[in-house]
Amino acid sequence: MGTASLQKANVIGLQKIDYKGNDSTLCAGCGHDSIASQIITACYEMGVKPEHVIKLSGIGCSSKSPAYFMNRAWGFNTLHGRMAAVATGALTANHKLTGIGVSGDGDTGSIGLGNFKHMVRRNVRMVYIIENNGVYGLTKGQFSATADVGQELKHAGKNELPPIDLCMEALIAECGFVARSFAGDPKQVVTLLKAALSHRGTAVLDIISPCVTFNNHDDSTKSYVWGKTNDDRINDFTYVPHQEEIMVEYEEGEVKEVTLHDGSHILLKKLDSKHDPTDRAAAIELLEEAREKQLFITGLLYVDNRRPSLAEHLRLGDTPLALMPFERLRPSRESLDKILDSMK
Amino acid sequence: MITSLQPSVHEDALASRPPVINDFSIRVATKNGSGSQTANTTLLRALFKMGIPVSGKNLFPSNIQGMPTWYTIRANKDGFIARRPSAEIVVAINPATAIEDYQSVETGGFFMYADDIKLQMNRSDISHYPIPVKKLATENEKDPKLRTYVANMVYVGALAWLLGIDLADIESALLFHFKGKRKPVDSNMKVVRQAHQWAAENLIKTDPFRVEKMNATDGLIMIDGNTAGALGAIYGGVTFAAWYPITPATSLADALNHFLPRLRTDPETGLPTYAILQAEDELAALGMVVGAGWAGARAMTSTSGPGISLMTEFTGLAYFAEVPAVIWDVQRMGPSTGMPTRVSQGDVLKVYFLGHGDAKHPCYLPGNVKECFEFGWRAFDLAEYLQTPVFVLSDLDLGMNQWMSEPFEYPDQPMQRGKVLTADDLKRLGGFARYRDVDGDGIGYRTLPGTDHPLAAYFARGTGHNERAQLSERPEDWENNMARLGRKFEMARKLMPKPIVQRVDDAEIGIISYGSADPAVEEARALLAQAGIKTSYLRLRALPLEQTTTDFIAAHRRCYVVELNTDAQMLQLLRLHAPEFATRLVAANHSDGLPLTADWISAAIRTSEGTAI
Ligand SMILES: Cc1ncc(C[n+]2csc(CCOP(=O)(O)OP(=O)(O)O)c2C)c(N)n1
Ligand code: SF4
Ligand SMILES: [Mg+2]
Repeated sequence: MGTASLQKANVIGLQKIDYKGNDSTLCAGCGHDSIASQIITACYEMGVKPEHVIKLSGIGCSSKSPAYFMNRAWGFNTLHGRMAAVATGALTANHKLTGIGVSGDGDTGSIGLGNFKHMVRRNVRMVYIIENNGVYGLTKGQFSATADVGQELKHAGKNELPPIDLCMEALIAECGFVARSFAGDPKQVVTLLKAALSHRGTAVLDIISPCVTFNNHDDSTKSYVWGKTNDDRINDFTYVPHQEEIMVEYEEGEVKEVTLHDGSHILLKKLDSKHDPTDRAAAIELLEEAREKQLFITGLLYVDNRRPSLAEHLRLGDTPLALMPFERLRPSRESLDKILDSMK
Repeated sequence: MITSLQPSVHEDALASRPPVINDFSIRVATKNGSGSQTANTTLLRALFKMGIPVSGKNLFPSNIQGMPTWYTIRANKDGFIARRPSAEIVVAINPATAIEDYQSVETGGFFMYADDIKLQMNRSDISHYPIPVKKLATENEKDPKLRTYVANMVYVGALAWLLGIDLADIESALLFHFKGKRKPVDSNMKVVRQAHQWAAENLIKTDPFRVEKMNATDGLIMIDGNTAGALGAIYGGVTFAAWYPITPATSLADALNHFLPRLRTDPETGLPTYAILQAEDELAALGMVVGAGWAGARAMTSTSGPGISLMTEFTGLAYFAEVPAVIWDVQRMGPSTGMPTRVSQGDVLKVYFLGHGDAKHPCYLPGNVKECFEFGWRAFDLAEYLQTPVFVLSDLDLGMNQWMSEPFEYPDQPMQRGKVLTADDLKRLGGFARYRDVDGDGIGYRTLPGTDHPLAAYFARGTGHNERAQLSERPEDWENNMARLGRKFEMARKLMPKPIVQRVDDAEIGIISYGSADPAVEEARALLAQAGIKTSYLRLRALPLEQTTTDFIAAHRRCYVVELNTDAQMLQLLRLHAPEFATRLVAANHSDGLPLTADWISAAIRTSEGTAI
């Protein structure tokens, strides 16, 4: 990052440095840190106002990440596996805020699986990132539920149990934005983050994020080497913010255009796309195939913004519940008298 | 003697007794799920409408249909409405429990029963009234499914005749029950009238029990504690509620769902000024409440013991990250699933210290429905002021049963958000430290997410932190923070409602109690006074305990702590609070799943005082 880029102001007049967090205390080279910097980049480039962001997490190395980006946003490092519930409450109390959640594969795939699926089912508008390393980092190297069959860890030995695919779980819970990516592919992570931030409801990003300390040996399916050599992008797309016109020139039929909830667009190059991300059944099938053949597919698996968000479902108005003036909250004395009279 | 007897010779003798007016208990034995609730609450409200002090208690099983259930009504002209251990009037509709019900009738009372119940009836100390429940029900209702419901109205009509309850009062009670809908009222009244007439023509009254109109309930309302609590929350400005179904707390959320749309739909926008979510479990319910409270909502949840267990970790987080939350625990009998439809005050210790590590919480202890309402709204002000989870410890008896009460008072003070900094404040101050004790009361200043100032944000966490909400494992930061939380808790001690004290001149004995035990204690004091034992009474209304209670204990030779649990939980807290008087505190705890009775309390105290009869 050169000084020049630091000086450049974004659409709301902020510099990249305004999106900075604390210095990371994670292991040098940890995938989670790379994702934190992509969150900074995406928010800076999109002109997200940090004061309008809440960043939440559970417990784990991954869940420490919110401290490492956007110090001007409100952070809440909650309980192991329980960020989904806290986010649901916070974003219902103030549905005008932008929610970014960071979790781990243990946090989401084991202890928090139930809460996660219910949040997706409710379609809370937020970006939910799983920094997936197939291992429990913070408790020092136990298998997580996303570890592939046959994977080996120094202390834990060999994993014999089938993995939980969190993209599949999200899809089954009718998530309207499901993507998988790789911390070693910053460009794709940033593009997906931007699209996710424009989504109407819950956007789930399962980002393979190598744990350099416990699970980065070459034959680990969650390692840098494995990712670099096996990353199989299912699509290539450009994100066009809603303020900008679509400038890219393309031939009829060459590109598929998907409009996101906030008016921004995704342009998918049809030519090298193996997958139509508006087809839910195809997405499920693709994940099934990837599981069978142990393919490391990345990209936008599914997008659909038809389902209303929880806030829409609850018919929340312009004033967030949290900021409602008190005169709108306490019914009149007469209304109480009327109820009490009816109890006589 | 067998069934379908006309009054016997003995009953002629019974009939010559002087009348007993407005002083009896009724015990109705039916099958769960048979719709007897309508009949029972109709009787209750009819007596209430006649101006007679009453209470009704549903003693029901954990079951949807078929298991035995009892409903007890106590009418008492002197206003003593605690449960009685037995009843003078027993109505038996359920053959499965008829023997037990028959034996339970108090001497001098009467047994009214469905005439198809086959039973050896050989008591000469009570009156017997068989009634043709099936016959009258069949005549009135073609649909066999509805017949059981209608059957319950038969005993209402027959009892109305026997006791002299005005049919107009039954009708207005039914109108109340069916919210003014004429059709169900008429069809039920038809059965009531027929049964009434049948009784007039076929029964010879040999018992002394009668009702007479009074004016002791003028201006009073009758309501359950959960509805009262929900209304309190609504007038306290609740904006967010999350809950998970559990007896006996469900009806609190039901009442929120019932009243919120009518009371809190914004007249201008037509949109709700609240959100209520049925969570996937209690863990998520409190998680949502913590998220909402942190973001600035007035957030609450309501649950019972098992739910409280699941809320443990989040309570600790809210305590330590200092997030306001209101948590209702409508207590039922544990441990574990225990007796889920029976009352207990068994969560006192657990809730007071809920969480791991050093955590403690302000707890309201409502003793009546009026306090359920009042604490319902006050809890939000306190939670926001102290920035901490605040509990309301109700129980099944208070929460689910109907209670007479003076009408609730409209909140007498404006809502208080406590110390919240706005963007303008921050401009003026040039920043803030979230957990700094600026005012010496242990309470820091907070900001709400979204506040438009670059220095407004802070990082909430359950991990160790310094004044600036930064992660810290420095020993002095930890100790300073815990000491500040301690000062904050001292504020709670000052702000919580004081106990209600009734000092009796030269009484050497004190009674300390709380919650739904109150009516039984009041009546027990009257019984004890008759036996020459004067007692003072302190009713706790909140935790933490404070000086009033210490002074009360100091002023009495012995203090009996009356409560509904097995481990004498409040007694233990009292001993911690006033160790210098530990030996003056005597356990008078009882827990069998049923609401306390005055008889038990006075017997326990008399035994202990060596004056038992
Ligand atoms: C209720 C509870 N149980 C256990 C723990 C201990 N714990 C902390 S982090 C963690 C696992 C984290 O794994 P993951 O979510 O994959 O995050 P990573 O560290 O791998 O990024 C566990 C089990 C805890 N904090 N809370
Ligand atoms: S242990 Fe693994 S997951 Fe945790 S910080 Fe180190 S590299 Fe990252
Ligand atoms: Mg992990």
